[in-house]
Amino acid sequence: MKNFDTLIKDLAPKKFGKRGVIWIGFLLIIIIAGIIAYIDQIIKGQVVTNMRDYALWGIYISNFVFFVATSFVGSVTVAILRLTNNTWRTPLVRIAEIIALAAIIMAGITIMIDMARPDRILNLFIHARLQSPITWDVIIIPTYIVISLLLLYFPLLPDFAILKKYFKTKQPKLSKRYGFLSLNWIGSKAQKLLQEKSIKIIAFMIIPVGILLQTIDAWLFSTTYRIGWDSTNFAPYFISGAFVAGVGALVTVIYVVRRFKKLEHYITGSHFDKMGKLLALACLIYLYFNINEYLIPAFTAKKGEAVHLETLFSGSYATLFWFVTIVGLIIPILVLLFKKGRKPLPMFFIGLIVVIGSWWKRFVIVTPTLLHPFLPIQGVPESWHHYFPSLHEWLITVATLAMALLIITLLVRYLPVIPIQRTADEQGLLKIDKNTKS
Amino acid sequence: MEENKNSRRKFLGRGLKLGLITTIGGIGLTKLATKLNAKNDAHSGKIMELMTTDGALIQIDSSEVMEMDHSQDHDKKYNVREGFPNRKFVMVVDLAKCKNALKCQSACNKHHYITGDNAWVKVYKMQESKDTAPYWMPTTCQHCDKPACVTVCPVDATFKRRDGLVLIDNTRCIGCRFCMAACPYSTRVFNWSEPKQGETSEITMEMDIEHHGHAASDPDHAGVPSIKGTVDKCDFCPHAIQNNELPHCVTACPNGVFYFGDKYEDTVNNGEETVRLSKLLTDKAGYRLMEGLGTEPSVYYLPPTNRLVDFEDGLEHYPEFQSVEKP
Repeated sequence: MKNFDTLIKDLAPKKFGKRGVIWIGFLLIIIIAGIIAYIDQIIKGQVVTNMRDYALWGIYISNFVFFVATSFVGSVTVAILRLTNNTWRTPLVRIAEIIALAAIIMAGITIMIDMARPDRILNLFIHARLQSPITWDVIIIPTYIVISLLLLYFPLLPDFAILKKYFKTKQPKLSKRYGFLSLNWIGSKAQKLLQEKSIKIIAFMIIPVGILLQTIDAWLFSTTYRIGWDSTNFAPYFISGAFVAGVGALVTVIYVVRRFKKLEHYITGSHFDKMGKLLALACLIYLYFNINEYLIPAFTAKKGEAVHLETLFSGSYATLFWFVTIVGLIIPILVLLFKKGRKPLPMFFIGLIVVIGSWWKRFVIVTPTLLHPFLPIQGVPESWHHYFPSLHEWLITVATLAMALLIITLLVRYLPVIPIQRTADEQGLLKIDKNTKS
Repeated sequence: MEENKNSRRKFLGRGLKLGLITTIGGIGLTKLATKLNAKNDAHSGKIMELMTTDGALIQIDSSEVMEMDHSQDHDKKYNVREGFPNRKFVMVVDLAKCKNALKCQSACNKHHYITGDNAWVKVYKMQESKDTAPYWMPTTCQHCDKPACVTVCPVDATFKRRDGLVLIDNTRCIGCRFCMAACPYSTRVFNWSEPKQGETSEITMEMDIEHHGHAASDPDHAGVPSIKGTVDKCDFCPHAIQNNELPHCVTACPNGVFYFGDKYEDTVNNGEETVRLSKLLTDKAGYRLMEGLGTEPSVYYLPPTNRLVDFEDGLEHYPEFQSVEKP
């Protein structure tokens, strides 16, 4: 067994290597390109997108839904695994919370990018109307951001105190900052009691809030009359989809972090095995809802619905639809059924295709429906009959994804990605009081 | 210390309760007093005869009658979010008469200075199934009584008036396009870029604004001017109603397809004749679009039976991919 010093040495934040710097630079370039495209969109209007009166929502909205879905990982791993007393979650929870926080922040930003008049954003508060699902979103997203932030922050307090001590001589400036963030944590009994209680409350709160967040996201669509959206199945369908997207993102990020931070001792094959089982469960539930959403309606499809389903099954969206269903859902289930499929490297690839599939899945949910209105599309330019994102939309959307990755990268850089104190406690390495007193 | 706190809390609690009781009691006493006052000169013996709102005559002791202040601006002052008092505007579209002359569309485009590629008034080429007849179907905003667009608007930019109109305040719209997604009739259009009116129409638009004397961007005169990043749609021309005129599409139609009027008056007019709305709808079996959705539109349709012209005649000016003529 290693001792406490090596534990800190392993888990304490380290400076970026050369690859890290290149990665950050790469992300920054993408983000700057996206910001330029966005400024252009503000100046010229959303005419720079390929959205038009029929395809009135595009990848900004599907990307928003993707971010919201991914942020669900915070509720799943931290809260649900906590409730079910799954102790193997310890080295994974912090990364999960980091992903959730980054995703929900970017969801908030992405929905504003879709607004054609961001200058009037205050109207959402001044003239708020409670019956609009957008107002529900305005309430739930900031709530989820705050809860996610607290759920990330509270368990960090003892770690900040440890880091303050650890960096005291090496990097006094950094140490001071960690000290500030540790809120004078000394690990006293009263503090620990308070911290434990707070975490417990937040962890309980994040479950209903997380479920509500996904539900409201689904209601944005199902409160309209549109074919393909007007479904009572939509909220649980979105929740189960979020479960898939979130765990998929978690697996992918964990693999990368483990590799570059050399955490093989902490995040072991058995963790991947368990995450694999969790992902398989998520995919199976999602498959069940997909059958409910697409296969069963085919039996009693009204005319409009029949056209919609046909576009998905064999029409212009068939390639995408079958890609997200087979590659993004069925293949992962099949691979994850085998123990070999749940080894770290295959898991990484599975996680990656699950995330990519999840992203395109939202595209398939948002766009085809809009192109099947009740009245035929007539009297508008031919190009309005289809939708594929413009360069501006791609640049901006890729930039939001890069921003999410940047937030994750920076948090992974400056925070101990594996809880030091908890790991020490669990491994019974040391008495806590002695080491956290600074 | 602890005790002190407790007693203070008790004191506060009691004070609150006492205050509450006093208030309720006070209100009760005043109510009682007014009742007593009214009965002071009870049974004066004088009987008054009055007519109720539904026309029945009743007798009442004169002491029961009290004078009431007349409301000052009730039903008189015009409020853009309330609409014209005691009116309920409806439209009837007679599909039997429509031959896709598209004059409604061009008149609407002109008078609302429509700059985009999607007109507010559309004439759809319709055919329900292979064996049924094709027909032309003009659509405006349906001005639903249960408008899906208004329900989902997060900022109350689009609103329903008492006179039946659904309008948009485009100085408040945030451009989320949720209303467009919600509308089952695809009637709403969006200003994707800065609306470019062209020089001449800009001058006439300025004159129009001056003539009407309203502030620029008035929900009562949609599209004058349109604003980038906001939603537009058919407004049922309240700016014309105000001058006792019919909407532009109604007057422009050479075939008398559109009837416009007031449901309370039970009359509609297509520019040539005034007819009873209820009789027209029962005689010709009027219906509304997508009644099953429960949106309760204000636009009625008369089925395309006994048509005077062939459907094919309309095909000659059927631009499949255009509804706004570009200069």
